[in-house]
Amino acid sequence: MMAGVIFIFSAAALLQFFISYCRSLIAASSKQALSAEVKDVTGIQRLASGDDFKRVMQLLQLCPERPEDRNSVQAIGAYFSFLNFLRSTVARFIPSMQDWTESERGHCAYFAAVALERRISFSRDMLAQQMDA
Amino acid sequence: MPGPFQYCVWFLCTLLEVSVVVCSIAKGSFRRYLSLNVYMFAACFVNIARFKILLTYGYLSPEYGYFYYYSDLLLTIGLYCALMGLYSRVFEEMGAGQYVRLGAVLLLLGTAGFSFAIVQQSSSRLLGHFVLDSRAMGHLVLEASQNLYFVGLVLTYVLWGAMLKLRETRTRLIQLVLALGLYFSVFAASYAFRNLSTGMRNDIWPYFIPISGCLLPLAWAYAFWRIPEDARLVPSRLAVVPR
Repeated sequence: MMAGVIFIFSAAALLQFFISYCRSLIAASSKQALSAEVKDVTGIQRLASGDDFKRVMQLLQLCPERPEDRNSVQAIGAYFSFLNFLRSTVARFIPSMQDWTESERGHCAYFAAVALERRISFSRDMLAQQMDA
Repeated sequence: MPGPFQYCVWFLCTLLEVSVVVCSIAKGSFRRYLSLNVYMFAACFVNIARFKILLTYGYLSPEYGYFYYYSDLLLTIGLYCALMGLYSRVFEEMGAGQYVRLGAVLLLLGTAGFSFAIVQQSSSRLLGHFVLDSRAMGHLVLEASQNLYFVGLVLTYVLWGAMLKLRETRTRLIQLVLALGLYFSVFAASYAFRNLSTGMRNDIWPYFIPISGCLLPLAWAYAFWRIPEDARLVPSRLAVVPR
């Protein structure tokens, strides 16, 4: 009985902490403006939509990985999958949740675009270093 | 006996714990988050000591068993101290440091008393049936760990609630607390699940727990390395229920 109560409460808290933690990762990147180049490549002009995420992630995988952002990109990928799951299950019956998941998916796509921007400049720095050497 | 996978994760976890301390020193935050760093240093030391004892006495030896569970208990107490360090960081501007320290001591005593009561109750129940074999002891340890992690989770949840209420904006502090909340909830949920499924075959458990153990040092290392101390964000945006 006690273990059951603890399990339910912990699982609910885990979900809440996971959402808040992913949002804190996203919030740190939301202030960063995208360069014109990344806007062109990703097709994101001002607001990103959830449908952009897959495409931006594919572009992201084409760039050399930066060790610093690997974990945060994976965490946001997991968060995006969770949002997709919510969208296709619970949100079908609750319209306000549909809007919320769509807005969150858009934030995830924007986060991925910011990560892409960082990877592009990282690749350029590496190339410049190799040219100098 | 741990397999190659468990050894790899064990090594990775120790490396991540070291990296938390290194990142913190590199970014000049060692003294500011002293309790967190001391905990990570202790966890790293315990990992090395466990490995040494495992090599010397073997996995199934009582020496390894005792060291594992006693060090786990001490580390959990250390994690409470780290949590209290985060409490005092959140409430420092209110000048409530003295009350936080008093609360921490009372809480530690309360948790110790609670765990002792559970162990005593279970022991008397088991002794009443003249059964105190290794399986029963294992169940006892599971129950005590589940409760200790759950108390930690409740405390972190209260701290997170207070941060939202006080409109805490320090990004690094927010990420440190959220990562701790994630860690406590993963462990409390998994120990509770294991407690519920006692007797059932569980193939995921030997993989799940070591990987979960890497979560906290990974997230803390990221927070120290990537998030500047002066970074700020709007906390109401992080709440699951919009405020």
